[in-house]
Amino acid sequence: MSLLFYISSVVAIVATLLVITCHRPIHALLYLVVSFLAVSMIFLSLGAPFVAVLEVILYAGAIIVLLIFVVMMLNLGQEAALQEKQWLQPKVWVGPSILVAVLLLEMSILLLRGESAAIQPAVDMKRISLVLFKEYVIAVELVGFLLMAGIVGAAHIGKHKKKHPHRFLQNGKENGHADNNENNKEVKPGELLKEEMIHN
Amino acid sequence: MTNLIAYIPALPLAGFLLLFFTGRRMSKSMIAFVGAGSVCIAALLTIVIGITFLQSGSSANTQTLWQWMRVGNFSCDISLRLDALSLVFVFIISFVGALIHIYSIAFMRQDEDYARFFASMNLFVFSMLVLVLADNLVLLYLGWEGVGLCSYLLIGFWYKVPANCAAANKAFFITRIGDTAMAIGLFMLFKTLGTLNIADIQQQAATIPNVTTIALLLLMGGMGKSAQVPLQTWLPDAMAGPSPVSALIHAATMVTAGVYLVARMNVLFLLSPAAMNVVAVVGAITLFVAGCSALVQTDIKRILAYSTISQVGYMFLALGCGAWSAAIFHFFTHAFFKALLFLAAGVVIESLHHEHNIFKMGGLKNKMPLLYYTFLAGASALAALPFISAGFYSKDAILWYSWSAGNGNVMLWAVALTGAFITALYSARLVIVVFWGDMKTPIAQQPGKLMTMPLVTLAILSIIAGFVQWPHNLLHVTLFADLVEKVLPATVLKQGIPPELLLQLIAAVVTLGGAYTGYLLYYKSPHIIEQWKTAEPNLNLREFFVKGWRFDELYQTLFVKPFLFITRSNKADVFDKIHQWLVTACSRLNGWLSLSQNGSLRWYIGSMLVGIIFILALQFFL
Amino acid sequence: MPSFQTQPVLIVAAILFALGLTGVLVRRNIIFMLISVEIMLNAAGLAFVAAGARWGQPDGQVMFLFILAMAASEISVALALVMQAYHQHKTLDVEELNALKDGTEPGFG
Repeated sequence: MSLLFYISSVVAIVATLLVITCHRPIHALLYLVVSFLAVSMIFLSLGAPFVAVLEVILYAGAIIVLLIFVVMMLNLGQEAALQEKQWLQPKVWVGPSILVAVLLLEMSILLLRGESAAIQPAVDMKRISLVLFKEYVIAVELVGFLLMAGIVGAAHIGKHKKKHPHRFLQNGKENGHADNNENNKEVKPGELLKEEMIHN
Repeated sequence: MTNLIAYIPALPLAGFLLLFFTGRRMSKSMIAFVGAGSVCIAALLTIVIGITFLQSGSSANTQTLWQWMRVGNFSCDISLRLDALSLVFVFIISFVGALIHIYSIAFMRQDEDYARFFASMNLFVFSMLVLVLADNLVLLYLGWEGVGLCSYLLIGFWYKVPANCAAANKAFFITRIGDTAMAIGLFMLFKTLGTLNIADIQQQAATIPNVTTIALLLLMGGMGKSAQVPLQTWLPDAMAGPSPVSALIHAATMVTAGVYLVARMNVLFLLSPAAMNVVAVVGAITLFVAGCSALVQTDIKRILAYSTISQVGYMFLALGCGAWSAAIFHFFTHAFFKALLFLAAGVVIESLHHEHNIFKMGGLKNKMPLLYYTFLAGASALAALPFISAGFYSKDAILWYSWSAGNGNVMLWAVALTGAFITALYSARLVIVVFWGDMKTPIAQQPGKLMTMPLVTLAILSIIAGFVQWPHNLLHVTLFADLVEKVLPATVLKQGIPPELLLQLIAAVVTLGGAYTGYLLYYKSPHIIEQWKTAEPNLNLREFFVKGWRFDELYQTLFVKPFLFITRSNKADVFDKIHQWLVTACSRLNGWLSLSQNGSLRWYIGSMLVGIIFILALQFFL
Repeated sequence: MPSFQTQPVLIVAAILFALGLTGVLVRRNIIFMLISVEIMLNAAGLAFVAAGARWGQPDGQVMFLFILAMAASEISVALALVMQAYHQHKTLDVEELNALKDGTEPGFG
């Protein structure tokens, strides 16, 4: 079992590293699937088969599919990969990486400082279900609301009702153009004087 | 009957609220009905309660309505207490107040702010009743400030004239000096005793170490409200208000609040002979200073104002001498005749096209006989003509006690006697110049029944009110003293004083002499006074008196000018720079913090990361 | 059955979390940032499950379920937003979508 855990961990870490360094979005997503599957294996090794199955179905299934849809709809291909390559210069990633490394160091020290207890025997499905629908029933309801809101929100935001920017932006741009036109037309001081004299 | 006490102040309060909120939409007769009606019912109620109280023979009725506030050990109730002293004051306030309200119905009829007038008057009556009925000094202070507010509102009633507003401000500011002193006195009293309940203070007064300071601070409050030297300068200017206001607030009731306070706190003053002496000396100085000024004024209301200051000075003199009941008795009679004089003056002014100068009046005796006789009754009471006027009985008592009472002495008596002479002189001058001689201004209108009825009532009272208390040696009637001395300490007499009858004779002769001098100077041979006026040194003296002993100019130099100097030299406003700096610092800081909100999502996440690193780093040290 | 300790599992979770965080920080493409956020959420779920297994309690797995639901709704809304942003601004560069800042007029750079 322990061996399974270590192998899965290494796979998960390597796959994740590749996710965040990969230029092509579609490749990154495939590595992400690998990472999720590896984490699922870790769950299995922790004695949580139910969660492992959910991980595969929801993360590796639903969420990844959503992401792939979007990537395909936006048609992120070769040029996107080139742009990513251009963006991923060392000067961009070195600083944040050092910061994250410091954080990881801190977390590791804190984790290693605490006592390390043996993992208890696995929790069976029945207990989880009982707890879920007894103690956490309100939380389950709330999560239901959250999902509902997510669906409605996504449907609303995703609607292609307007091809144009928001009216604030639109007006701003139009006004800007109008201003520019006026500025172009604006008479010079000398001409103004002449006009005034004519009027007088 | 106890439960009814609260209704006496509640009625004017209800009238005030009704007029304040709905007065604009009411007709004038409705306003008059509410405004005067509430006070009239309160007056009737007072009489009923008073009779019941006197029959029951108890010393005090207390009615606690509810708890006002409670902080730690200190609690303060809305609690009313009726005893003999407050009964006298409540009677005067509600009864004279009712008469003046009735008078005002006709007097103010032409004014467009009819509702505002009656609302303020009702509020005043309410505050004054709270003041005299209060069971503790905090509630008393509430009423005290309430009457100050109403005084301010009513002096500046015709606010469109800037001078009236200035007069209102002056009254407010100067009484505020006294009020502040009084507040400090209350704080000290509370710090020493831990209570401001009047009954408790009277019981524990002997344990107060700094009783003189407290008594003097309270006296200072009384001096501000009662217009005693050196805080007297507001009262003559306060005559800018309508005549009924002058009659009610600045003659009959509010200016005697100081007298009430000193009488109520008599225990504190008795413990401190020094404070008693100060009270007496202040009273003596005031009555002389104001009397001299009253002699030379030409505005009829200012004459009466100065005479009010002077008469309140008599009350303070009596308090200071230890003649408590005599002081309250003088308040009692003074309220009638001074209210009468002011109301009559209001009629005179109204009839003569708002003429205030007495030398432009004259000859009213035959044209307005009723007014003449009522005014004469008031003026003779003011001058204290022997036997036929109420003023005689009260003022004679004060004159007698100013020498014979425990704290009195011959000097105070001499000043009081001089004051009596001056009073008789200016009373005679007033009557003669206004009513006798030739007519100088045509009469516009005669007063109606609503105005003459209060005048006649007050005139009768000005004559008979004194009969409840006779001098000891003449007739043994001491109804008033018997009543009041249930609450106030009895007057202690000294030994080795000249016989009372002799002093009375002197006083009577001096009074009659003053009146005769007035008759001589202003009627028989006016050339004497004309000659006197034109002489050079007298001219300055006259000017000095007319300006009220130049107190205003003194204060101008002492306080106003240095203050103005300071404000001018600080024109650049040094302190404002500090605030400016604060503003600059805030906006600079805002600028710096705004830089962090730059719209870059990765920057925000980075900041969060730094924060997490910091918080986790703390774990290493905790 | 299990023969290992909690520490290694939590360390793995921490490493995954750090990697996700790095991704969010260094990538400018908004889709990559979303992917990285998913990694971070997954790491947090792993820590929960490990802690639940440590005590033999079901609560850790229940929490993972909630995180899962939250991640699902988050990604659906976020992707809808990405679609809109792309349609309106023709870019996925998060550095260009920076109009929401102090002292600027409404409008996108």
